[in-house]
Amino acid sequence: MSEEQVTVAQIPDISLQFEGRVVKDTRAGYSGFIVGAEHLLDVVQTLRDELGFDYLSSVTGVDYLPEGKMEVVYHLYRSIGGPALVFKVQVPRDEAVVPSLYHIFKSADWQEREAWDLMGIRFVGHPDLRRILTWEGFAGHPLRKDWKEPYFEEETKPYKSRWPEGITGYIEDNNPYHDNLQYPAGFDPETWIPQAEEALYASAQKIGRDKELHTDTVVVNLGPQHPSTHGVFRMVAALDGEQVVFLKPVVGYLHRNHEKIGERNTYLQNMPFTDRLDYVSSMSNNFGYALAVEKLMGIKPPERADYIRVMMAELTRWMNHVFSFGFLWNDLGSYFTPMIYALEERELILDIFEAVSGSRMMCNYFRFGGVARDLPEGVLNKVKELVFERMPRQLDAIDKMLSTNEIVRNRCIGCGVLTAEQAINNGASGPNLRASGVPYDIRRADPYSIYDRLDFDVVVHYHGDVYDRYLTRLDEARQSNRILQQVVRDIPEGPIMTGKPAYQVRVPAGEAYGRVEAPKGELGFYIVSTGKPNPWRYHVRAPSFINLTSLEDMCRGGKIADVVLNLGAIDIVLGEVDR
Amino acid sequence: MTGKGFLSMLLGVFKRFVMTYVEDFRKGKKRYYTAEGIESRRKADVQGIFTIQYPEEKLPVPEEFRFLPFLVYEEGPNGEKDLRCTSCGICAKVCPPQCISIVRTNDPVTGKPVPQPKEFYIDVDICMNCGLCAEYCPFDAIKMDHDYELASYTRQGNIYDIERLSKPVSYYAGIRPTNYSAEEHARQEKEALKAAAKKPAATEGAG
Repeated sequence: MSEEQVTVAQIPDISLQFEGRVVKDTRAGYSGFIVGAEHLLDVVQTLRDELGFDYLSSVTGVDYLPEGKMEVVYHLYRSIGGPALVFKVQVPRDEAVVPSLYHIFKSADWQEREAWDLMGIRFVGHPDLRRILTWEGFAGHPLRKDWKEPYFEEETKPYKSRWPEGITGYIEDNNPYHDNLQYPAGFDPETWIPQAEEALYASAQKIGRDKELHTDTVVVNLGPQHPSTHGVFRMVAALDGEQVVFLKPVVGYLHRNHEKIGERNTYLQNMPFTDRLDYVSSMSNNFGYALAVEKLMGIKPPERADYIRVMMAELTRWMNHVFSFGFLWNDLGSYFTPMIYALEERELILDIFEAVSGSRMMCNYFRFGGVARDLPEGVLNKVKELVFERMPRQLDAIDKMLSTNEIVRNRCIGCGVLTAEQAINNGASGPNLRASGVPYDIRRADPYSIYDRLDFDVVVHYHGDVYDRYLTRLDEARQSNRILQQVVRDIPEGPIMTGKPAYQVRVPAGEAYGRVEAPKGELGFYIVSTGKPNPWRYHVRAPSFINLTSLEDMCRGGKIADVVLNLGAIDIVLGEVDR
Repeated sequence: MTGKGFLSMLLGVFKRFVMTYVEDFRKGKKRYYTAEGIESRRKADVQGIFTIQYPEEKLPVPEEFRFLPFLVYEEGPNGEKDLRCTSCGICAKVCPPQCISIVRTNDPVTGKPVPQPKEFYIDVDICMNCGLCAEYCPFDAIKMDHDYELASYTRQGNIYDIERLSKPVSYYAGIRPTNYSAEEHARQEKEALKAAAKKPAATEGAG
């Protein structure tokens, strides 16, 4: 190392270190580096092992149709904090083949499968490159810019037919049943054999077979309709007796191609759609998206708006964590009565959201450069009542009821252990990562909004089991409470919007990645703008989705009954997993 | 002691159960089915039962509550309906799921557009209640409603037409008093400014 002091906030110029293999990305509005596809594995290995970039946060593709190029974008972080190292690999569109990072970063597993499924980028070296969100009977790769749905109307919104001719009609008349589908060539749904499913079951059966005793593993499907899966979600597990020897999640039942919708929408039209990702914490989703677009536009919200935003985000976090305790109770078998108790404060917080934004869950409250409207009269007092009295009291009650409860301790301690190395390598984020002993919180590691001025601690626990995940959430809820107390004390008067509210925002060409510490983990929005009213690329790095990569590591070797608990402790929302 | 934590949890549940009856006894009959009772069960210091017995009881909705848009019309002295809408199409353009369709009126003689809608449709099956149409309407002509009980037996008739969407300005003032008075205030101020700007120009012209 040279004499100069290197801080984490600095991104090294890797185009010097890897001369000839890496060049700077010099397009206007873009940052980071472009790596040659053939050098990708070497470069990434060095970045991880020598430069300390050990956390692969996001992998996604961008289809640059006019240039005939397909680009894969990687966001790499250090798990000790600091900004992102962004690098890209460019390959021809017709032959999109990129080496897989699966063996260096396991967090690439699901994200590469997603990029293959939606964009048709083939990752060489990925051991399980199946479709993930759609199915085999799906024609084409929907996020390619030349892909069109069977009921295609127009490339971008607003659609011209709505005004001034005002053409209207029932959807089913325009696109009748049976004609609203398209299959790949040679695909017949009647005679179709689900090959990927068969292969999955076969690989499940292969593991754990004992030749001497002639025992066999049992393959069990948990879900998609199962009360413990918190939605439509399936796990294929192979059991040796009661022990789990193999487990693969199957997702996509709720898939609606959020990103394609997002690319059709204008920037503002996307805001209410982000509510539908993690519908338990819609305010946080709004926050991430607003940050990403504001980065592109180069604007900042006024002080009061920042305070309101943080207030909403922290209320959401508190509510989400307490909600997850309710589910922990549920998953432990105490069906629904305590769960409803955990919802009480949530109701009061939702009352506040309703008074402020107009809707309890689909808030649609943030705007680019501020928030939609100021706090109505009386709301701040209600929040004060909650954060100074009721919310701390409820946390204490939960602490008393759960933390020393014998059933909770017996079931949770030592269950579903995820080590720090595994957590980082799997790209786990949020409480899952911090319960494994990695004090990584984006609010501190890469501060946004006013978090650098607020006084709070990053919660960390070290055992990486379900009990520590629960403790992490409990302590984090206390920290949220602490932040809220500061916010309601210091919130200034003033405007809530920068500039005039506009329904068509001007977003300069370029790329931006906005990320927030959502209650579930790192929620990132990667946006590419071409200067038009609609984003060229809109990608969501969903924490629930990527946290599920760790599920197998948590469950393998444990009992089948604990799978339910492990899944509950990851805290997923299927609206975000399947997008 | 093993089992202590478990018992304390059971005790917590039991306490809530008992508190419901204690509160009932303390507050008497007005705890249920009255506005006051509902309000008392939403307060931060509520104890015992928390639930609202829908549909017998309904939570009052806050002013900002939004559910489906409607068109505001001014009532004339003889009962004529004068829609504020000018069919400028901003709501149709900003609508995320594109559920608004507007037919513009054209003058039969000149063929030029007239600032009033001929037809106005909202497909309420598609509407996502985001409220962007109301937020960005420059004429305060489209607003979000408070009526959320819309269950029906068929999907037919779920494309609302101009007749079904129109509601009087008095209704709007009733459900959103604060917003209404703020808008009226802003409009009066604007008109006063306009008048003030006109006056000196007029005197100048005369002089």
